[in-house]
Amino acid sequence: MASYTLNINNKKYEIEADPSMPLLWAIRDLAGLTGTKFGCGISQCGACAVHFNGNPVRSCSIPVSAAANQKITTIEGLSTDNSHPIQKAWIEEQVPQCGYCQSGQIMAAAALLKRNANPTDTDIDTAMQGYLCRCGTYPRIRKAIKTAAKMMKA
Amino acid sequence: MAFVLGYYMPASAEGEFRILTKGAAENLGISLNAFISIDTSGKVTICNHRSEMGQGSWQVVPQMIAEELEVDLNNINIVFAPGDQKKYGSQLTGGSSTVRGAYKHLMRVGATAREMLIAAAAKKWNAARADCYAENGFVIHRPSGKKSGYGELAEEASKTEPPKVVKLKDKQDYKIIRKPLKRQDIPQKINGEAIFGIDKKLPGLLYAVVERNPRFIGKVKSFDGSAAKAVPGVKHVVKVQRAVFAKMQEGVAVVADNIWSAMKGRKALKVEWDDSGFEHLGTEQLYNRMKEDLKKTPLSVRTAGNFKSAFEKAVKKVEAVYETPYESHSCMEPLNCTAWVHDNKCEIWGPVQAPDWTQSDLSQRLNIPVENVTVNMTFLGGGFGRKAFMDYPHEAALISKEINAPVQVIWTREDDMTQGPFRPGGVYECKAGLRNGGSIVAFQAKLASQDMDHQWPDADQDSYNSNTTEGFLEPYFNAIPHYSFGDIPTASPVPVMWWRSVYASTNGYAYESFMDELAHEAGKDPLDFRRMHLDNDRYQSLIDAIEEKTGWKNRGKNEGWGVAITECFKSVVGEVVKVSRKEDGKIKIDKVIAVMDCGWYVNPDIIRQQVEGSIVMALGAATKHEVHFNDGLTVEKNFDTYKMPRISDIPDIEVYIMENDERPGGVGEPGLPPLAPALCNAIFDLTGKRIRKLPFNMEEIQTMKP
Repeated sequence: MASYTLNINNKKYEIEADPSMPLLWAIRDLAGLTGTKFGCGISQCGACAVHFNGNPVRSCSIPVSAAANQKITTIEGLSTDNSHPIQKAWIEEQVPQCGYCQSGQIMAAAALLKRNANPTDTDIDTAMQGYLCRCGTYPRIRKAIKTAAKMMKA
Repeated sequence: MAFVLGYYMPASAEGEFRILTKGAAENLGISLNAFISIDTSGKVTICNHRSEMGQGSWQVVPQMIAEELEVDLNNINIVFAPGDQKKYGSQLTGGSSTVRGAYKHLMRVGATAREMLIAAAAKKWNAARADCYAENGFVIHRPSGKKSGYGELAEEASKTEPPKVVKLKDKQDYKIIRKPLKRQDIPQKINGEAIFGIDKKLPGLLYAVVERNPRFIGKVKSFDGSAAKAVPGVKHVVKVQRAVFAKMQEGVAVVADNIWSAMKGRKALKVEWDDSGFEHLGTEQLYNRMKEDLKKTPLSVRTAGNFKSAFEKAVKKVEAVYETPYESHSCMEPLNCTAWVHDNKCEIWGPVQAPDWTQSDLSQRLNIPVENVTVNMTFLGGGFGRKAFMDYPHEAALISKEINAPVQVIWTREDDMTQGPFRPGGVYECKAGLRNGGSIVAFQAKLASQDMDHQWPDADQDSYNSNTTEGFLEPYFNAIPHYSFGDIPTASPVPVMWWRSVYASTNGYAYESFMDELAHEAGKDPLDFRRMHLDNDRYQSLIDAIEEKTGWKNRGKNEGWGVAITECFKSVVGEVVKVSRKEDGKIKIDKVIAVMDCGWYVNPDIIRQQVEGSIVMALGAATKHEVHFNDGLTVEKNFDTYKMPRISDIPDIEVYIMENDERPGGVGEPGLPPLAPALCNAIFDLTGKRIRKLPFNMEEIQTMKP
């Protein structure tokens, strides 16, 4: 066990954890932020995606020891009131069904729009193909990303 | 209508409607019936008695009740009901049954409460009942314009005798039913607030993972938990069971004060299994057995006329064999369950599709009175049939009982994917004879597959599989004078069960692929051929719509178009797939157009969501993934080998909904079965190649033999 300071959503969490504990479990069980989900544990599905110094990463595959003092943003930190353009677009296009993968989808989409304000279908495929959705919300994810891009320009 | 029994609780007997889910501290106000409570400020709470796994019960159950209750859906609370069949009727959320099974009932629930509120207002004003009406959370006195909010009337209303008969609105008077109202669960599913099973927290909660027998039914011969217990945080290592149909499946649970320690402890666990006394099958063996089984006389499911002699005399004879794979449900939320068994009580929190079944199952298995078993639903991260099974709550409850503490059992993805139960694979033998003129005179379908029903304790192993005809359009039975549907139950230790759209998901592929082969042999257009055998206005209208929405009559020469129409849970769905060749010669899907006839419906946007999702899931099962077995073990263990569709695999999808006065059919599942046959029929149309085995690889069609 070791002591770490996690910086999640601009809040500091002092935690005691096994250094090999995946960041995912530290976020969920130690910081108590359960919006980030466990899906596969091997970086295949993206349900656990968070922003790590601004980039989307799989929190299931990063040991907590490597995350100390880095800037981490989870779905809970995207906005306080569903006001992020991606969240608004997700409501507008009625994207989620079961919703379980959507934290990861949303974090990936937010990161995409941050670096590409006008993504094409190919850009969207490239950025989003690491994120599985068993409910099959993909057509709406595609549409909502474009809607969010428009909102951000407006 | 058994589910009506015990339905309306006299409010006086129930009193203050404090506790919907035991342990919840919320005061939801005064209860008017099992589904509706109103607090003094007028806030209305509507109970959703069905599980929400993405299919939209959280929206459509309140939407139906709110229509008759006359409240604004955007201004109410929605909560899950606990498992309680006496109070809520069947809560098994499967078979696409929520709307079609309870729609009138739920509207009556709303209307009854509304009438009680109106009666309370009339009493308060000493006015004639007929002069009062309800609108948007108020009762209004028409002559004077006086109005009173539901919050002021709830207490008096709760003392009012519920009317025995209420009139439901006519369709043209609906204010919110049939409207694409935005889903009430979405705001909490985009910011991390929604609580899924895996998110449940309790004071003193421990976490468990379980090493389960990888060959399903082997026994624990011995285990050594000493190294596991040495992992910091690990508290207990205990043997555990769970009931999977008639078998008790065994495992060893590692329980810790956090999930990561439990996972680490499990890696250090040593278990020796006794895998004797049952077969260790591989996929090839299993399919060879099914093909051998097809030579046996099938158990007769449904027959008419004399297939054998009509087939022999037929002008043209067509035969084909189709194979469908085993599949994993692979919900994005792996199985998990939180249980606390103590003091002759059991409380469950989890992503369950059947809270009422779980309640009665645990009551029997733990020998705890049913009223002491509380099953609380969370949101489900997918269900697809897997979470209607009670094995994982059973296992969690046994662990909690053993360690005397609340416990959350989390299945890893590998656990979830390798343990099943799976959708059973099957082999279909189809034969048909055509008359001069091309119509079908004789049709035979034989299915060799594991029969899910044969797994239950004391199941009759000679009973036929009544679902062998699922997916086949009902009017075809009237048009074909000689038919024979039968099945041969294939023996296997692999546990199998419902997978979204169940038998229609595989039957539909065989039967609608075969229909296309028959149309081709008859020299008919595939839609015209179906029309010939559908002497029914509803189906003819559906085909009209398919032709119109797809531009069927104006097909281009360099495209392949395929159609399939299936029936599932009282809805009829037609899908057309359009494919073409890419520059490199490979085949791509350009578009899928679906026409859904689910009769009476609640929310058209949820129908579109469900059909889109069904198409994506069907595309995976047709072209991407299957579960294999080798030496009794599941081969695919995670998403790196069980490759589900990704956003880059998805074609354009258009969904249309039929408007008619038919009774409601299912929505969550019926969009799935037509996709695979429509796709294969489109590929045939383009390439002349018949695909009779799923899954196939879209990248390899150009090299396949015709």
